[in-house]
Amino acid sequence: MADDIVIRAEGLGKKYVIGHETERERYVALRDVIARGARNAWRMAADMLHGRVVVPGDTVEDLWALKDVSFEVKRGEVLGIIGRNGAGKSTLLKILSRITEPTEGRVTIKGRVASLLEVGTGFHPELTGRENIFLNGAVLGMTHAEIKRKFDEIVDFSGVEKFLDTPVKRYSSGMYVRLAFAVAAHLEPEILVVDEVLAVGDAEFQKKCLGKMKDVSGHGRTVLFVSHNMSAIRTLCGSCIWLDRGSVQSSGDTSSTLDTYLRSSTKNIAVSAAVLPEDPKKEFQVLKARVAKADGDSCSQFLCDEEIFLELVCLVRKTVPGLYGYLQISRRDGTEVLVSDSFDAGQNPLDGCSCGLHKVKITLPARLLAPGEYVAYFSFASPMGVSGFSIDCPGDLLSFRLEDPNSRRGNNRAGFFGTLLPWDVTPEPNKQKEPQDPTSPEQVTQVLAS
Amino acid sequence: MAAILAAAPREHVLVLEPGRAEKHYWRDILDYRELFVILAWRDVAVRYKQTAIGIAWALVQPFLTMIIFTIIFGRVAKLPTEGAAPYPIMVYAGMLPWLLFSSILSGASSSLVTNANLIGKVYFPRIIVPSATGVVALVDFGINLSLLGLLMLWYGFLPSWHMVFLPFFIALAMLASLGPSLLMTAMNVKYRDFRYIIPFVVQFGIYVSPVGFSSSVVPAKWRFWYNLNPVVGVIDGFRWCVLGGQSTLYLPGFLLSLGIVALFLWFGIAYFRRTEKTFADLI
Repeated sequence: MADDIVIRAEGLGKKYVIGHETERERYVALRDVIARGARNAWRMAADMLHGRVVVPGDTVEDLWALKDVSFEVKRGEVLGIIGRNGAGKSTLLKILSRITEPTEGRVTIKGRVASLLEVGTGFHPELTGRENIFLNGAVLGMTHAEIKRKFDEIVDFSGVEKFLDTPVKRYSSGMYVRLAFAVAAHLEPEILVVDEVLAVGDAEFQKKCLGKMKDVSGHGRTVLFVSHNMSAIRTLCGSCIWLDRGSVQSSGDTSSTLDTYLRSSTKNIAVSAAVLPEDPKKEFQVLKARVAKADGDSCSQFLCDEEIFLELVCLVRKTVPGLYGYLQISRRDGTEVLVSDSFDAGQNPLDGCSCGLHKVKITLPARLLAPGEYVAYFSFASPMGVSGFSIDCPGDLLSFRLEDPNSRRGNNRAGFFGTLLPWDVTPEPNKQKEPQDPTSPEQVTQVLAS
Repeated sequence: MAAILAAAPREHVLVLEPGRAEKHYWRDILDYRELFVILAWRDVAVRYKQTAIGIAWALVQPFLTMIIFTIIFGRVAKLPTEGAAPYPIMVYAGMLPWLLFSSILSGASSSLVTNANLIGKVYFPRIIVPSATGVVALVDFGINLSLLGLLMLWYGFLPSWHMVFLPFFIALAMLASLGPSLLMTAMNVKYRDFRYIIPFVVQFGIYVSPVGFSSSVVPAKWRFWYNLNPVVGVIDGFRWCVLGGQSTLYLPGFLLSLGIVALFLWFGIAYFRRTEKTFADLI
């Protein structure tokens, strides 16, 4: 039935025009334009007068971030959007939340769209918690009356009632996020867009997000969920769209779409080392990533007995307060195996990192993981980031394979761990019974337990 | 779309397609009026919170400028005032609209860049952001206006019935600044070094416009063309209002200024509208 469909996208396309001279610059300065000669400037002046996008550079190229994308989302559905970085996922979300207009095609949306991507958007550090609730609510599209009605609920949910009249610049990062999320959680949108929030934030925050998503979809509302986290997609989404280079590669029920996606990504990605395109807009960015052996060589094949080093080269353009990193190691099929945050060891070395290049090295001890293929997912976030929660999310950056020729079970070892446990067997003096065969399983567990 | 509307009459249906924002431009602005109010309130709140001497600062700057202008133009250069009005009042009556104009211009032009995180994350008609800065300027203006009152009290200068037109001239000053402001705002998103031009314009403008002197000192043959600067008309109007019978309004010039204001306003809005949908991609 027609009114069961809340989002209908038809032939959606978004074109960006890029100039080739200025790719590395953060913004265009008038002096550059003048320097580039009168002829060029004249063309641009004409463009400006007509309100066209002014593109500096001698060669201008059209780049279709999205091309001919069509899909439908039914009411109450949880739709996952997957794809590699640069596949057009964020562009699609930007169009759906009206931040940018499509170049062609159309989308029909029924109901209010809200996005958890906007957590904390518009918060002003000088204003108090109370004032920020009203400000943030209005920015997210709530009416004044609506915020007033839900005010107590929001304060309750956030748990910061004691500090309601304190400027949020004095809040701890946890309080800040809780308050911001409390506002977003009370939006009650018909359509909720969730972009990568699950990868960042503390466990409690993630749980809240997930709870909110389930809650929302339970009430017959629709959720669009973008993530690189395959296990989250698998558990939450009923159906899936896989975007690749701006167009829909495959769509349908989650498990089959995911399978095709994972199969293709195994084939295509060169993964022992990656170089990422620079984005001067980001305050912090991963530029290079690689998996290496102890001797420093890049490698994608390891023995379980070796240490594995995950190395990142990151550029800090502007010090980000509260910055932290998140690493998730999963199996190829998306099962999470290991999660690590940069603050795990106590103090967080990324917080307040000075400008310039930094090398990040994470050591996976020998015999940690069972043999198999693994993907390392990285994400960097800050609860106090000016431009939003997620600072840089390179996603599934690296992958590597572990083999275990040196243990007897070898590559057939199932489960998550490659750890070889010591089996300590000592004779147990037994006065009443005849000594049993110490290698029988019951005996071994008894010995271990004692 | 009509069919969908019929099927779910209560639900808000949104169609996004190229050129949509263009079609519903004014209706969208009306829909987002609450956001305008709250952003304006935020700007005002932040301005008076951040500076310890918030209100004092808004007063000290124009007051000192007024004293300096009175000394330089009134005492040293011995320029005539308007009618019998005390020179300081004449200067201050010109300073008020100039400050309103210049603070809107500088506030608005940087507003989109300072609110970049909003622009990139949520949708709303972008014109709200630069317009909201106008409210901050208006609050400052109100504070300065009270100082003018004190000044008139000090000199025992009584306002005339012309004063009732003050709201009209305040609105005119705001409209006069809105056009160039929108233009600068939009340019500033694309060309970030436009922000270096603004302080120059403001610094230069205070001498080009009749702030420290009366526009009646301009030779008669240039008087009309002097009004090509729209601020001239605005300041003349203010003085006519505040100084009452002491000042005469040079009508042809004033009308020319009005025309220029309208032209700038039309061009500013038109240019802003054409470029605003690309802001999120540029910022």
